[in-house]
Amino acid sequence: MLPGRTELADCLKQRMEPTSLFSKPTGAMRVGIPRSLLYYKYLPFWKTFLAELGLEVETSPLTNKQILSWGVEVAENELCVPVKAFYGHCMALRGKVDALFVPRVVSVEEREYTCPKFLGLPDMVAAVAEQLELPPLLTPKLNQREKPSEFKWQLINFAREEFGVGTMDAVAALETARLAQRRYQESLVNGHKPLDMLPASRLNRTRWKAPKGKRKRIGLLGHPYNIYDGYITQNLVARLEEMGAELVVPEMTDHHVLMQAATDVPKQLYWSYEKEIMGAINHWTENDMVDGVIYVLAFACGPDSLVQVLIEHRARIHKVPLMSLTIDEHSGEAGLVTRIEAFTDMLMRKKKTVGAVA
Amino acid sequence: MKVSCPHMGHLHWMLDDLFERLGVDYVKPPPSTTKTLTIGAKHSPEFACLPLKINVGNFIEALELGADTLIMAGGHGPCRFGYYGIVEERILRDLGYDFKFIMLEPFDDGKWAFYKTFESLSPGLSIRKLWKTLKASFSKGRAFDEIYKRSLQVRAYEVNRGDTTRALKEAEQVLVLAYTPEEIEEAARESLAIIDAVDQDLDREVLKVGIVGEFFLLLEPFSNFGLEEILGHMGVYIERSVWVTDWIAPNRDNKIYGFPKQLVEEKAAPYLSHNVGGEGRETIGSIVLMAERGFDGIIQLLPFGCMPENIATSIIPKVQRNHDIPVLTLAFDEQTGRAGLVTRVEAFMDLLLARRGSKLALAGAATAADAATKQPSLSKL
Repeated sequence: MLPGRTELADCLKQRMEPTSLFSKPTGAMRVGIPRSLLYYKYLPFWKTFLAELGLEVETSPLTNKQILSWGVEVAENELCVPVKAFYGHCMALRGKVDALFVPRVVSVEEREYTCPKFLGLPDMVAAVAEQLELPPLLTPKLNQREKPSEFKWQLINFAREEFGVGTMDAVAALETARLAQRRYQESLVNGHKPLDMLPASRLNRTRWKAPKGKRKRIGLLGHPYNIYDGYITQNLVARLEEMGAELVVPEMTDHHVLMQAATDVPKQLYWSYEKEIMGAINHWTENDMVDGVIYVLAFACGPDSLVQVLIEHRARIHKVPLMSLTIDEHSGEAGLVTRIEAFTDMLMRKKKTVGAVA
Repeated sequence: MKVSCPHMGHLHWMLDDLFERLGVDYVKPPPSTTKTLTIGAKHSPEFACLPLKINVGNFIEALELGADTLIMAGGHGPCRFGYYGIVEERILRDLGYDFKFIMLEPFDDGKWAFYKTFESLSPGLSIRKLWKTLKASFSKGRAFDEIYKRSLQVRAYEVNRGDTTRALKEAEQVLVLAYTPEEIEEAARESLAIIDAVDQDLDREVLKVGIVGEFFLLLEPFSNFGLEEILGHMGVYIERSVWVTDWIAPNRDNKIYGFPKQLVEEKAAPYLSHNVGGEGRETIGSIVLMAERGFDGIIQLLPFGCMPENIATSIIPKVQRNHDIPVLTLAFDEQTGRAGLVTRVEAFMDLLLARRGSKLALAGAATAADAATKQPSLSKL
């Protein structure tokens, strides 16, 4: 019998990963960025910033079986699967880098927070660092809760204290990094997916697409660290596209538009990333941008468990079919495929019937 | 207008008093039962934490009793609690109930809005009167906290099992009747005396256990199967890190607990240096504090999936190693059963007793065999 698609992909991934054999030893400090959680949002920014400061940046390989099982072994078992994977990614960087970059991202918008788990992440990793022999941690605190531009000074001070660079050098690195991030975000809005741009994500990409006009527009809601992590969600993006879906993702819409669209609740959400998700479904349903929505949430995800109620309500009143897909480290490939096939088939039939009536 | 508010431990005594003073018709939801939880869990999202499910159950039962205005406390995150209200309102409206919904945001987040919320309940209420009312109800709440705290310590030494619980019921009735500040002061003294009058055997050797964790689980005996009473009957001296009035007081000086929030946070700093919402940081800080004060062990309670407590749980192994203190983590959801809980707690107490034995052996240079025979057993306690 032939090996399954994911197993093959795994083998290939291992072989195609650039290893440190090829990187030239320059004597600079090597900093590792775990390929999990906010990696999918801010990699261009962090990587450019650290590289501009004269450091060598290394990322951990794509999530694979080994990494996830490391994470599951170490992490508290009630945590969500992306955080478990984060532990695994930190372990994958052992011995390859001189320091791990684990920022404490407290807030990215005024008067809002990220998820509590991002607030405690450096402490959670530090609690097991000794036991796992992890490299020392670099944990700058990024907090824009009180003042929007405050993160700049937090990063500049971090660079000065940790690496002894001058203020002007830090400012220059910061500006270059912001430019890189802006470019990344612009190309996301132009329809590129993080998978097209983040390094070494090739194998999660789509190989075949249905001809235009035959595609169904499916909105894919959820956190980028779940959706674009090909191992955690079993290549969901590629699978859907190969089934003939025209994917609509929150990143395709301008951030400010999403935030504005999420303001129709009596009390503003205080989790920025969930607010984006809420904004996305509001924006899509108002502008009739999708035929159906797949909402990917991690098992035991705190904020999503509440926001789910509001999102399902929204889909119901706008009569948009919605499928909530809960994932964890035990999710099987077959179960997932069956469910998304059923969902896309259902959308296709619905489209046909509606077309026939019209 | 018939106002209702979900249960949280003995908060309802305070609310009774507050709404009576404000002249608001208050519908107390029936005490939380398994039925409450079943109704709540049925209509709540699967992964929402246990308190939300109990809240929804309370609200539905209150609405059935004729309540038409629901009040829920708010917050500004990052814990899920601050957003409960909006989600609960959505769930209840989707079920077809018609009601007015009021979110009571914390005092710090807007003093005017805080006043306006109360003014909408009781039109014509002046700021002065609100302040006086809150002060009076709050002092009553403090008195209730005091007797509950005392009962946790007295129960460990009681001679006749169940005496403390009976005395507590009596003391509650004394406090409920107090109205003016003088009466409250008098009743507070009297109720404490009732608890102290319980027959006690103070020579008995008892285990000292701290209970820390998420506030709802600590405050609401229904949600933790009356764990404190179970432990008390085993003869365990308990201290708890969260109290209703400590939690409500804006300055967080933790008068009842005895250690101000700032101190607790300082103790937590080497392990968890940033606020993670809920009681995450306080849990770590309290464990350190209790370990330093010579407690035998700690029990951490949390609803399944609670984010701040899960962060704390991830860090606790390090605290345990550094301070040499056993911690038992118990997660609760609607599936949790009483028997499983009791078994685990009993096993933990056996472990603590055995440890105490080994510590004595180390200190007194006695032989291991001696220590084994000297070990007190639970049945003797």
